[in-house]
Amino acid sequence: MFFLDQINWTSLDSWIVLTGALIAMACALPGIFLILNRNSMIGDGISHAILPGIALAFLLTGSRDWFVILLGAATAGIITIALTRLIQNFGQVESGAALGVVFCSLFALGLILIRVASDHVDLNPDCVLHGSIETAVVDFRKVPLVTTQSAIMLLVNLALTLLFYKELRISAFDPSLAATLGFHPELMRYCLTTLTSITAVMAFEAVGSILVIAMLIVPGATALLLTHKLHWALLLTLLFAALSGILGHVLAIWGLPQFFNQLISSIEFSSASTSGMIATTAGILFMIALGIVKIRQCLNL
Amino acid sequence: MQDYNTRIVFLGTSALGVVSGVIGTFLLLRKRSLLSDTVSHATLPGIALSYLIFETLFGNGKSLPLLLLGATLTGLIGMGLVVLIPKWTRLKDDAALAIVLSVLFGLGISLVTLIQQMPTGNSAGLEHYIYGKAASMTAMDTHIILAITLVVGLITFLFFKEFTVLCFDTAFAESQGISASRLDLILMALVVVVTVIGLQAVGLLLVVAMLIIPSASARFWSEKLMTNLILSAILGAASAFIGVFLSALFPKFPAGAVIVLTATTIFSLSMFLGTSRGLLVRYLAHCQITRRINSQHLLRACYECLETSGAIQNKSDTSLSYEAILSRRSWNQAELKRLLRQAQNDQLLEQVEGKRDEQRGENFYRLTDSGWGQAQRVVRNHRLWEMYLIEYADVAPGQVDRDADAIEHILEPQLMSQLEDLLHAGRYGLRVPTSPHKLEQKAAT
Repeated sequence: MFFLDQINWTSLDSWIVLTGALIAMACALPGIFLILNRNSMIGDGISHAILPGIALAFLLTGSRDWFVILLGAATAGIITIALTRLIQNFGQVESGAALGVVFCSLFALGLILIRVASDHVDLNPDCVLHGSIETAVVDFRKVPLVTTQSAIMLLVNLALTLLFYKELRISAFDPSLAATLGFHPELMRYCLTTLTSITAVMAFEAVGSILVIAMLIVPGATALLLTHKLHWALLLTLLFAALSGILGHVLAIWGLPQFFNQLISSIEFSSASTSGMIATTAGILFMIALGIVKIRQCLNL
Repeated sequence: MQDYNTRIVFLGTSALGVVSGVIGTFLLLRKRSLLSDTVSHATLPGIALSYLIFETLFGNGKSLPLLLLGATLTGLIGMGLVVLIPKWTRLKDDAALAIVLSVLFGLGISLVTLIQQMPTGNSAGLEHYIYGKAASMTAMDTHIILAITLVVGLITFLFFKEFTVLCFDTAFAESQGISASRLDLILMALVVVVTVIGLQAVGLLLVVAMLIIPSASARFWSEKLMTNLILSAILGAASAFIGVFLSALFPKFPAGAVIVLTATTIFSLSMFLGTSRGLLVRYLAHCQITRRINSQHLLRACYECLETSGAIQNKSDTSLSYEAILSRRSWNQAELKRLLRQAQNDQLLEQVEGKRDEQRGENFYRLTDSGWGQAQRVVRNHRLWEMYLIEYADVAPGQVDRDADAIEHILEPQLMSQLEDLLHAGRYGLRVPTSPHKLEQKAAT
């Protein structure tokens, strides 16, 4: 391709693209059901709320082992969801506000716990929240660990989605029908958000929170703009997620720096954050889809 | 309190509490509480772009007003997208919030990584805007917040009626010639301004929390918008004041986090104790209603027992056996015994002296005068509603008992008199009409 001469594409870049695409697809699958359940902000909420989980896991066990930290974070994510539902149902607070109350409070609690923990050791919340995909793939294995992890995550999510496709679909579109059929839509929602929480926390550590929050919602939303059929939407979601992963990295190492190099000649920019650019690319794809839909509407009128 | 810096922080955060309490109440009613979260993330690309442009062109990228201008611009763009996406597509508000938040923040992060490659781009200054510190507020921050508070207060006062209509009935607002979208725009622009100012003074976490938590707490205390606004402002200011005070006692902890946790404590207290929607009040009301319904069920059961046995018509023995009452409804024995005790306490029923089922060890009961009166009224309501259902709603006579059962407890006197007119019930006087369907015995469970 024309720009491949300008960038020195290494095997590392291939791994980044592959990992980005895999994680994007793994997140996008549960994401589309979150959109349908009107629960889209849950990713952002979890990304803030896991902080006390990390701090507590460390304070209680004294270890910085990734597994312990991950366990703490995942527990905090699930507690966030449970607390939000509790405040929403018992306190009759609107769902967005309930989520806001919970994640702000937990994040504040986390900041204080981190300060307590910092008496003992330097615990940087950024290491979990703002993992970066570029450094994650630097690994001495033949296949980087994070790539294997994301492939497994994608497979698990894919299997669960296919297995519970009928239940998820009916619970999302018609909770009362699902209830009469004995599907327990509330239970389905809990399982879905728990799955999201685990997926998100695993991915935060590997690629950073912003990529996950974007990938949960944006590809799914783009797909839902273009089709009314859920199975087509799921396929399109996977496509858009993978596309954002690939294009995003190209834009990060070539497109955006080039653009600013043209604009500002005095400084030589080399590359931008891949996670950030994958999120941006997903946004651009969304805007294109929005444009197509609007034009189609205008032509029909 | 003597220290000038401490006074500044007290004043600034309290004023922020007031202004975000007011704006937050409108946001909550518009179901857009999380908008502040999205806007605060959406300011990042603005800050970064403004830095990139002005640093390379004029070498003054760190000028605060220019950075704030950039932040406000992308904040407004983000806000506009949040409003427009649900309007243009089938996507809902929450999806729009998440899309705008993640995409713009992603773009911002990418730009910040570029800035970090600039020789002058020591990005520590920029990160300050994400995690700002309440304790390091300057006098200028406080002055700006106070000014914004005044402006917001003035606008709220001027547009109070319009905002009220907008929050509760958008369609009605349109019909009254109020442009809902323009009003919405004013409101959202205020959100952006408050968020941007708060962001640079106290940081992302605190400003988002202050816009969400106090207004959500105020909802538990009152259903009136005006009371809500005032209360939310007071709670916001109180959280800030107590929070800053506490963080002065424990200087180790970040002030912003302490303020947020203070607000959370107030929220939890409000959720349990709130006088309008609080859990305690609602639980007590629920208990009271359950108690009334149960007692009415018991009275009707007693009346219908006497009616089927012919005791009312013959004016004969009006004592009721426990077995007879038990067979009228499907209630379990423990529950019925509790209800009987309760009814005796309320002096609706009394035990019949000297008459006792020795074999089963149960007493006989008789309705007191007041119990008799209430029973008649309950049964009369029940039967009138049944007749109404049969006559006007074409419900089969076999079905009406259950339907009437659900509603007889909440029939108000006004509605009853309407029902009487409709059914020409004057002919019954205060007597109880006979049941429109066969009274059946229900098996005891």
